[in-house]
Amino acid sequence: MRSLIDILSLSTDEIDELIAVAEDIIAHPEEYREKCRYKKLATLFFEPSTRTRLSFEAAMYELGGSVLGFSEANSSSAAKGESVADTARTVSCYADIIAMRHPKEGAPLVASMAASVPIINAGDGGHNHPTQTLTDLLTIKREKGRLNNLTVGFCGDLKFGRTVHSLIEALSRYTGIEFVLISPEELKLPSYLKKDLLDVKGIKYTETTDLEGVMPQLDILYMTRVQRERFFNEEDYLRLKDSYILTPEKLENAKEDLAILHPLPRVNEIHTSVDADPRACYFRQVLNGKFIRMALILKLLEVK
Amino acid sequence: MHIDSIKNGVVIDHIKAGKSMEVYNYLELDKLDCTVAIIKNVSSKKMGRKDIIKIDSEMEVDLDVLGYIDPDITVNVIKNEILCEKKKLTLPSQIKDVVKCKNPRCITTTEQDLPHIFKLTDAETKTYRCIYCETKAK
Repeated sequence: MRSLIDILSLSTDEIDELIAVAEDIIAHPEEYREKCRYKKLATLFFEPSTRTRLSFEAAMYELGGSVLGFSEANSSSAAKGESVADTARTVSCYADIIAMRHPKEGAPLVASMAASVPIINAGDGGHNHPTQTLTDLLTIKREKGRLNNLTVGFCGDLKFGRTVHSLIEALSRYTGIEFVLISPEELKLPSYLKKDLLDVKGIKYTETTDLEGVMPQLDILYMTRVQRERFFNEEDYLRLKDSYILTPEKLENAKEDLAILHPLPRVNEIHTSVDADPRACYFRQVLNGKFIRMALILKLLEVK
Repeated sequence: MHIDSIKNGVVIDHIKAGKSMEVYNYLELDKLDCTVAIIKNVSSKKMGRKDIIKIDSEMEVDLDVLGYIDPDITVNVIKNEILCEKKKLTLPSQIKDVVKCKNPRCITTTEQDLPHIFKLTDAETKTYRCIYCETKAK
């Protein structure tokens, strides 16, 4: 029995295999409609995240399975003071697989140590969100046809943005990757990632505050939202939240085949007038999220 | 200054000068009923100055805790006033309930019964990280 807590626990072969299964699901959805018949997914969301929860639920329904769970801690036994481990043990008796989101870092790991069914980390605070990373990788693969030899720009909150950290870690395992890190000074990528990962692996990266200046180099532009919930200080949040807003004008010098990604939800960092640009991939990315979660559920349930 | 030799017990030697109280606290030696001698700033050929702790009782010293504090510490087991074993320390691959995670967002802050476990992630820099949230041990 295996869980997915951290994207780095998957080998690149396993990631490639998940992407291949997801692409097969996209090509032949009818072959997968009954794969999880009579199986149940529990979505235990101790903090609200409509997008991720619905993506997991849609994935399970499309595999012919069913879904139970809760969408906020107030409607769960956690409100009565039950531990994460006890919740995981209990729900293991009802469901075949669990997707868990929790505001505290490490909660899904605690659950996986106690549960008797696979646990999928659906986001633990600012820490890990492996299915978002898998979604991003599938999107890059589908948009560019490859996961190597790419110049990938990350823009916005690179300090607290967990999706950025995980995607950098995952892409670092592919060859020919170069990163362009675009952020205000206060929201730069943490130095441990630069020193312990990029420098150790000899991966090229540049840091800049100028989005338009680096735009022509990019194959991928990964935009992020400055998240209010990651700040202890409201003042800092208000000062930094509008640092970068992507508009059609800023894309004038971009490559024809640039792919613009965003983990969503966006606030105002991508102007809605960009949505009609064929290079805007973020809604296709949402759809890819459902397909990669279907592939992951199949893998963890060992359904052939 | 004269400190009696011990008959059956443990001598924790080669503690960095000034670190003996830290070792004393980590090993919870205050809970022992036997004689415990903390000797500070002893002259040492190898270290210049060092601290030594003598425990006048046979006890199992938590070598993982000591290895975490300083793997250069040595532990001598004394039986019938004779040195019968010299234990060398290594950096433990994991430590449990030795240090607490300081990250306010970590699950250990709300679930008090969880053990605080840190894993060695880089032996060269002696970096330990919380298994739950990956925050560095301090």
